[in-house]
Amino acid sequence: MQELGKAESNSIRITRQDDQRVTIEKDLDTEHMVLSMGPQHPSTHGVLRLECITDGEVIVEAEPYLGYLHRCFEKHCEKIDYPAIVPYTDRMDYLAGMNSELAYCITVEKLLDIEIPRRVEFIRVITSELNRIASHLVAIGTYAIDLGAFTPFLFCFRDREHIMNLLEWISGARMLYNYIWIGGVAYDAPADFKKRVAEFVTYFRPKAVELYKLLTENEIFVKRTKGIGIMPADVAINFAWSGPMLRGSGVKWDLRRNDPYSVYPELDFDVPVPDGKFSDVGDCLSRHLVRALEMEESLKIIEQCLDKMPEQQGFDPRAVIPKKIRPKAGEVYGRAENPRGELGYYIVSDGKSTKPVRCKARSSCFVNLAAMKDLSKGQLLPDLVAIIGSIDIVLGEVDR
Amino acid sequence: MEEAANQMSPAVLESKAAYDIIRERFGDAVSEFDANPTMPFFEVLDVDRWVDIALYMRDNSLLQFNYMACLSGMDYPEEEKLGIVCNLECIGKYAHKIAVKVKCKRDGGSIPSVSCVWHTANWHEREAYDMYGMVFEGHPDLRRILCPEDWTGYPLRKDYQVQETYHGIKVPY
Repeated sequence: MQELGKAESNSIRITRQDDQRVTIEKDLDTEHMVLSMGPQHPSTHGVLRLECITDGEVIVEAEPYLGYLHRCFEKHCEKIDYPAIVPYTDRMDYLAGMNSELAYCITVEKLLDIEIPRRVEFIRVITSELNRIASHLVAIGTYAIDLGAFTPFLFCFRDREHIMNLLEWISGARMLYNYIWIGGVAYDAPADFKKRVAEFVTYFRPKAVELYKLLTENEIFVKRTKGIGIMPADVAINFAWSGPMLRGSGVKWDLRRNDPYSVYPELDFDVPVPDGKFSDVGDCLSRHLVRALEMEESLKIIEQCLDKMPEQQGFDPRAVIPKKIRPKAGEVYGRAENPRGELGYYIVSDGKSTKPVRCKARSSCFVNLAAMKDLSKGQLLPDLVAIIGSIDIVLGEVDR
Repeated sequence: MEEAANQMSPAVLESKAAYDIIRERFGDAVSEFDANPTMPFFEVLDVDRWVDIALYMRDNSLLQFNYMACLSGMDYPEEEKLGIVCNLECIGKYAHKIAVKVKCKRDGGSIPSVSCVWHTANWHEREAYDMYGMVFEGHPDLRRILCPEDWTGYPLRKDYQVQETYHGIKVPY
């Protein structure tokens, strides 16, 4: 049976049977029903509520309601000093704390106009790329579980644990690090850190391939995600999508390349963009594919950083941290490539105070999630779960 | 003037070139260019023309500001004004970026909505309304987004006083 077309309202469906007969079904629409999905629904990845108006199993409209995890980040920032904001940034995107810290610190450093020691830059890039892999592992693992595959989830969390151990070793915490500070990092990397990270890279590389074979090429998984929730490139740009979401729509846009910061210009890595052979460009599978392929690129970056990182005996990573952080009057918009996209901070300083006048966080998932309403229109209810999962939201960052 | 131009970094000069095109078209509706090295910007002085300027910035083939990275609400208590700051840039042909400021008066002020120009502005404007209380004219769905719907006051205003109780729960701690 082949579907030839259906009307916008789903009231008419035209199909061709196997014996070439064409059937036209009329008046298929049912009475609309309001279905509230969340805030405690496991597939909403936290406390997101979707109010779905459904026509049978088809979604007429899905309106997201947020704010359940709103912790007044921006209001708090007006009351605390610049360095004290770093732990708050951890708690926004708690799956990628290092990346959030990095984005905030490079923004304030732009305003302060200070030079960072080279070794610190490499430590920052290594930790944030490790964190990117950890974050993508959670994204992939939970996405698999949303679609009914349990095994990849366990594989992902097993491997993520190694990264958590490495980051705990360097910073003292598993998830909320407060490690990257304005002008430096909290502690120097331990003596054997390089060796252990290199070991992890050799351990993880075949595991990433295994995960790819297990999940990404799995036929059931592909059937659930291919062609679902397609977002054309121009609309994605208009929605200001970023990160794997935008790259999934076929736009080669990565802030590490397009607006380089830290030591990324020196490093050699690719920006994976789906070519439409395996997935339909812009669908859920493309977005998943970008994440799956990006882990390998992160491994490449880490390897190069390990080679290039200068060794210094008795290195003090806090050497250039200003005693009192009081930037000159001005404003800045700084950003970095997070696992979920562009995390930006808009900071205004009045030049007198040690507290920012305004610190706005441009959260990547908040912006990505805004397209939910348009993405879900006319999709089936089970596909809604696939779409939310592919957006890879962290509600801590959405609600701030 | 030439000396000032020499001191600008290449990125700021790109923004200046983009600004000059906008200035040529809209004249006094936009302010002078501020060559802030970390975030070059200009201000829209004629608020009513903000949507025209936004459309021109998005669609002009020499500008193509198709990507709105961020829209932040702002409070300017000393000027008695509220405002928004939009960070715009181009994905594709050019690499220029520029910030635009739009201000309105503090009490009952309104700014035209640009959510029809950049879809992403929809939620950003809802957030700015939620936190600062300026109205975005022509916004399709202007409701609070992060705070509860029945919250009183606009939390990010500098003179914000938190309400005593909310549904019988003591709020200040």
